[in-house]
Amino acid sequence: MNYRMIVYVMGQISKVVGLAMLLPVLVGFIYGEEHVIVSFGIPILMLLIPGFSVTIKKPKDNSVYSMEGFISVAASWIVISAVCALPFVISGDIPNYVDALFETVSGFTTTGSSILSNVEELSKSSLFWRSFTHWLGGMGIIMIVLAIMSSNDSRTMHMMRAECPGPKVGRLVSKSGNSARILYGIYIAMTVIETIMLLCGGLSFYDALMHAFSSAGTGGFSIYGDSIAHYNSLYVEMVIAVFIILFGVNFNLYYFLLIRRFSTVFKNEELRTYLGIILTATLLISVNTRNIYGGFLESLRYSFFMTASTITSTGFSVIDTNTWPVFSQTLLLTLMFIGSCAGSTGGGLKVSRVIIMFKTGVKELKYIINPRSVASVKMDGKPVERDVVRGVTSYFIIYILLMFTSILLVSLDSFTIEESASAVITTMNNIGFGVGRFGTAGSFGDMSSFSKIVLCFDMLIGRLEIYPIMLILAVKRK
Amino acid sequence: MDIIIVGCGKVGYALAEVLSSEHNITVIDLSEDKINSVTNDCDVMGIAGNGLHTDILDEAKVDKTGIFIAVTNSDEVNILSCLIARKKGARHCVSRVRSPGFGKQIIFMREELGISMMVNPDFNAANEIAKVLRYPEAINIESFAKGQVDLAEIRITSGSILDSVALSQLSRRLRLDVLICAVQRDDELIIPNGSFVLRAGDKIHITASHSAMVKFFRSISAAYREKRVKSVVLIGGGRVAYHLAKQLIEMGVKVKIIEIDEQRCLELSENLNKVSISCADGTDHDLLREERVYDADAVVTLTGIDEENILLSLLAKKNGVKKVVTKVNRMSLIQLSDTLNLDSIVSPKSITVNQILQYVRAKQNSLGNNVTTLYRLVGDRLEAIEFIVRDKKDYVGVPLKKLKIRSGILIASIVRGNELIIPRGDDCLQVNDSVVVVTTSKGFHDLSNIFD
Repeated sequence: MNYRMIVYVMGQISKVVGLAMLLPVLVGFIYGEEHVIVSFGIPILMLLIPGFSVTIKKPKDNSVYSMEGFISVAASWIVISAVCALPFVISGDIPNYVDALFETVSGFTTTGSSILSNVEELSKSSLFWRSFTHWLGGMGIIMIVLAIMSSNDSRTMHMMRAECPGPKVGRLVSKSGNSARILYGIYIAMTVIETIMLLCGGLSFYDALMHAFSSAGTGGFSIYGDSIAHYNSLYVEMVIAVFIILFGVNFNLYYFLLIRRFSTVFKNEELRTYLGIILTATLLISVNTRNIYGGFLESLRYSFFMTASTITSTGFSVIDTNTWPVFSQTLLLTLMFIGSCAGSTGGGLKVSRVIIMFKTGVKELKYIINPRSVASVKMDGKPVERDVVRGVTSYFIIYILLMFTSILLVSLDSFTIEESASAVITTMNNIGFGVGRFGTAGSFGDMSSFSKIVLCFDMLIGRLEIYPIMLILAVKRK
Repeated sequence: MDIIIVGCGKVGYALAEVLSSEHNITVIDLSEDKINSVTNDCDVMGIAGNGLHTDILDEAKVDKTGIFIAVTNSDEVNILSCLIARKKGARHCVSRVRSPGFGKQIIFMREELGISMMVNPDFNAANEIAKVLRYPEAINIESFAKGQVDLAEIRITSGSILDSVALSQLSRRLRLDVLICAVQRDDELIIPNGSFVLRAGDKIHITASHSAMVKFFRSISAAYREKRVKSVVLIGGGRVAYHLAKQLIEMGVKVKIIEIDEQRCLELSENLNKVSISCADGTDHDLLREERVYDADAVVTLTGIDEENILLSLLAKKNGVKKVVTKVNRMSLIQLSDTLNLDSIVSPKSITVNQILQYVRAKQNSLGNNVTTLYRLVGDRLEAIEFIVRDKKDYVGVPLKKLKIRSGILIASIVRGNELIIPRGDDCLQVNDSVVVVTTSKGFHDLSNIFD
């Protein structure tokens, strides 16, 4: 394995994240928080000094194969999270390091689960950093590096694949760097539009920006304990709900819209299924909860927001879902598994994987009835390659195995079965809220440090889609 | 520039790899596996599908393509896909065509069908081998600046007059205008300066005008008895052998072809004159002796199997044949055979790649870049680039000894009009000069890049 190249890639990433950390320092200066110089200054130096020193010279042997790609991505995410947790500890906002780590991992993986019970107490700069990690993690840290560095590295695909969600990763255009630039361009444009829309809803610039960051990464950190319900505004809820749904769509489709290939977009099976699921789930929940609120329209408003927030794996909330009937709560739990589209900023299994698994299941059923039947799994009218189908099923198996192992480990804390299960499900799918004590109104602060670390791994596994993190554990020294 | 490559075999892959650093490449191939491996290893986009289908070509945005390159293993597919691409708006089309029959209608294809370039790997390989045979000491010869400058690769054997000579004394000793621009010693590649001393076993790259090169070879081969290759045996009678035999006959060389397939022998005898053809197994040692193969001045191994060619060449070399040329297709074997002391290796695939690359650079040139030709030598480690001085920059008109040229770079020759200048310290560049630069580092796009 080419360790020097892995260190080089990690150095590049450290540089980018270190520079990104200058933004919360700026915020700190604006709001007169002097602690930022120390609390962010130390981690910035910890990232920039090694970052610049290992990237002065490019290793002679710059071969990056899939092993190096996966390991460098996984190692970067872990190291970056570990360092980026420091500002919370140094500033005293979150004194316990494990808590701070949980919060940071939750930020970068766009989960949005929090160990804080009183978010408002945090300093503005820390809150900004918390939301900004969502934005960085949403589209991906490697993608930024690819977009900024105009490197002529040819084997960047292995790194892109390790970070991009979905069963199949390709380039939009023939250069990785340009692809990354296009995606980030779309991402930034959409974030700006959402900020402006939120400003129109009467939010202050700071509030609007924080929520735009959170929803762009489909993260879920809010700057208020009661999340979006704080504003109690239909306009704000609808803007956020629509935007998180948009951020949960495969970004490649926006590129196709830009180059005017409309039919590719509208005929996209994953997009149609995704929107179909949102519509169906919203209707079912609003019928189920119509008696709780003052009428069907009111319940439609809440169920639409919560459906969007759950399926896109955002985790914003407008109401406490613990008051909902069990059917609605279970439906939300199901949506957590499905998740958003491949190639979006959202989490979960991804709609395309669910479609492929469903179709494979149906095909197998047909095969049992008629052993001579030959059928291929199709998506968008094109057959899905056998490798992809196999990849999806094995992904699902490992996913379930890891999920049960984590539930077992978390259950050491002796919460109820459903609470422990929901904590794992919500972190592995990068949602943010579970049921009971971990519901929309609760926090993960009560957990033991051990469980928090297990959940940190679950979040990374969910965001990087299992393999990179598993490989780093399985790596052999050769 | 946007470039589409149809067919991802050895040639397609090598083209994608080299071109992807400067251009936007889309590769189309039927095989999903090949597409996966090329997109993983190179910064290119891949589409799995048939390059003849218009929806696949549309997906690759053929209408915005600068150069469309078809290098599948079928001539007909290549030509047809070029035609479709042309109709759909691709600006230039390059097609690999192997069958000799198509070679005759090259003008029709260009004028009427709009295929701007047809590459015939077998013909090019034959050309290359003929060039090597013309100068027996040379390992490889390339020409630059429309054939005015030759770049030759020579191995220094012990007893040669070049052995243990410092470069500064060389021109005095030989009284010739040649320039040694790179020396390969063991695994090291050196751009030498005046104090460098040559040793036996070195491979040197020299540039000179065509006539100076001939003189140079004459003076270094004075130590050897024979001067010119007069008889050549070709083992294997494929398409390369056909083209080569034709050229050698024109050069007045006696040619014998040994081919195992009777049908093919008949075909060759119908199409070639003055060539003696034996139908026999070329791997049989006794037979080769009987056919007096080892008495020939040169042996060229052209069978379809790389390993067989390498072994036969070693055998011929051991039995005292002065000049042995080996055809090897696979790049990995070429690297290996460097250690085997085989002097001339010709690879039709890499010749094809080089030729298409030159074409792409030339087209790029019309888009403002001023690289005219580019050769990759010594397993891609050495680049010889030809630039044209287009406008009056600050390095124009300054004697070379006053310019600070970066290390690892050498100005090998300057062509001014019809005159070739092997540059000395007092020479200077002028507008419209064509300059050949030799370098070990890659990625120079402009002449100003070579100065500090």
